[in-house]
Amino acid sequence: MVENRPFLTFLTHAFLLCGFVVVAFPVYVAIIASTHDAQTLMSTTMPLLPGSHFIENYRTIFTSASAANGLPAYPLMAMNSMIMAIVITIGKIVISILSAFAIVYFRFRFRQLAFWIIFITLMLPVEVRIMPTYKIVADLGMLNSWAGLIIPLVASATATFLFRQFFMTVPEEMMEAARVDGAGPMKFFKDILLPLSRTNIAALCVILFIYGWVQYLWPMLVTTDPSYYTLMMGMKRMVAVQDGEVQWNLVMAASVLAMLPPVAIVIFMQRLFIRGLTETEK
Amino acid sequence: MMDTKRTTFQNKWLPYVLLAPQLFITLIFFIWPAGQAVKSSFEREDPFGFSTVFVGLQHYARLMQDPNYLDSFLRTAVFAVAVTVISMLLGLLFAVAVDRLMRSARVYTTLLVWPYAVAPVVAGVLWFFLFNSSTGILPYYLSFFGIKWDHNLNGTHAMILIIIAAAWKQISYNFLFFLAGLQSVPHTLMEAAAIDGSGPIKRFFDISLPLLSPTTFFLFIVNVNYTMFDTFSIVDATTNGGPAQSTNILVYKVYQDGYLGLNLGSSSAQSVLLMLIVIVLIFVQFRFVERRVQY
Repeated sequence: MVENRPFLTFLTHAFLLCGFVVVAFPVYVAIIASTHDAQTLMSTTMPLLPGSHFIENYRTIFTSASAANGLPAYPLMAMNSMIMAIVITIGKIVISILSAFAIVYFRFRFRQLAFWIIFITLMLPVEVRIMPTYKIVADLGMLNSWAGLIIPLVASATATFLFRQFFMTVPEEMMEAARVDGAGPMKFFKDILLPLSRTNIAALCVILFIYGWVQYLWPMLVTTDPSYYTLMMGMKRMVAVQDGEVQWNLVMAASVLAMLPPVAIVIFMQRLFIRGLTETEK
Repeated sequence: MMDTKRTTFQNKWLPYVLLAPQLFITLIFFIWPAGQAVKSSFEREDPFGFSTVFVGLQHYARLMQDPNYLDSFLRTAVFAVAVTVISMLLGLLFAVAVDRLMRSARVYTTLLVWPYAVAPVVAGVLWFFLFNSSTGILPYYLSFFGIKWDHNLNGTHAMILIIIAAAWKQISYNFLFFLAGLQSVPHTLMEAAAIDGSGPIKRFFDISLPLLSPTTFFLFIVNVNYTMFDTFSIVDATTNGGPAQSTNILVYKVYQDGYLGLNLGSSSAQSVLLMLIVIVLIFVQFRFVERRVQY
C-alpha cells in the first residue's frame, strides 16, 4: 500500500467479502441442500438454512444410494478416483523427470526430435482426438482396464518443461564435481538432482492430483464396466436419471464429497499449489 | 529452448532408455491417433466398416457448408469470449483488491482460490441445480424481475448457464496470475506516481495495467484454450449440447458426431480443424513467451 486511505481500504474489504460470498454461493447452497430431505427441496423454494437430514443423507450416499442409481458401491468409486489421481500423478512425475534429465544432461542423436515429439502432446488434448484414440485403445484390448484408463493420460509436456527449466538452473559445478568424484549419471540423478527437485515435485503433485481427480471424458469412454467407475462418473449418472425425479439432496451430498479432497489440498497446501500452478503454465 | 549443460554425460543408450516411456506413450496415444484422424478425415467408410474410399476434402467441404457446424463455430466463439472476458475481469478485480491489502492478503487468497479444484462436472451440476427451473433458487429470484428461466427449452438461458459455470471455475486461475503480476510491479514506481499526486485509480490505469499486459495476453490464450476444450464435462453434465444445438460447442460436437453418431469421417475432419486451432493458439503463446524473455 502506497498511501493510507481508510475509506478505500474499507471498500476493498467490502468488495472482496462480496466477491467471496458470490463465488462461494453455489457451494453453500450445495451444502445446505445436502442437509434437507428430497421432499423439502422439491416442494418449496430452496431453503437457505441447514435442515436436519445431514447425517441421513450422507449415510445414504455411503450405503444405499449407489445401488439405487445402478452404480457400484460408494467406497469403490471413491477408491477408483483416488487410485486414478495418485497413479496419474506418480506416473507423470516419473516419466517427466526422467525425460527432462535425458534432454538436459545428455547429448545424443534425435534429441531435438524427441523434444518436439514431447512438445506436440501440448497441442493434442484428448477431447480433440477422441475417436481415433478410443479406437487405438480398443484395438490394443485396453478398454475396461486400469492400463487403458491411466497410461494414455500419463504423458506430460508441461511437467517435462518444468523439470527441464529447473535442471537448467542447477549449477554446472554440481555435475562436474559429481563426475570428478566418479559418480555415474544415475547416481548423480538419484543423490543430487532428485533431492534438489523436492519442492518442484511437491508442487507438481498438488496440480497433477487435481488433474487426475477431475478426469471425466476419458474414463467415461474407456470403461463401461461399473467396477471402474469414478466419483465423477457416478455424479453424472445420479443427475441423468431416466425415470423419476433427481434426488437433489443426495446429488448435492455427493457433490460436496467429490470436491472435498482436491479443495482441501488446495486450501491446506496453498503455497505449493500456487507455485505448481504458476510455474507449470509458463 | 534447446540448450544442454556445458558438459554432459557420455552414454550411448541411457538417454534413450530414460526417454522411452514418455516417447512411447506420446507416439502411441497422441501422434498415432492424430495421424489416424488426419487420415480418416480424407476417407469415407462404408456403414459396415469393410472398405474405405479416399474422398479428398469432401468432409471438410461438407463441414464448411453445414449450417450446424458453422453455427457451432459461432456459438463456441461467443462462449469462449464470454467466459474469457468475465473470468479475466473478475480475476483482475479480485487481484487488484487483494494486492492493496497487506495483512489479510493471504486470507483472501485462500477464500478465492479453491474453485480451481472443483471438477468441471461438479461445477456444472452445482450451477445446474441453482438454475433448475422447478426447484432452483435463482429462477425463483429471477421470476420477481419477470424472467421465466428455463434452460431446458430456452437456448440463450442454456448458454448463459454454461458460461457462468465455466467462468466461475476459471476466476481463481486468472486471479492468481494477475496477483502474481501485480506483486511484481516495482513498488518505487507506485510511490513515485503517488508523490506526483496520482490517485490509486489513475495509478492502476497508468502503471499497473500496462505492466500487466504480458500476463493479460498469456491469460487470454490460456482461457480461450480452456473454454474450447476443458469445458466438455460442463456441457455434458448440464445441457448435453441442447436445447436444439444451442450449446453444442465444437469439442462437444466432435464427441457427438463421432462417438454417439458414429460419423467417423466428419468427426475426424472436425478433430483436425480443432487441432489446427490449438496449434495456432500454442504458437501464438510461445511466440509471446519468447518476446517476454527478451524484455
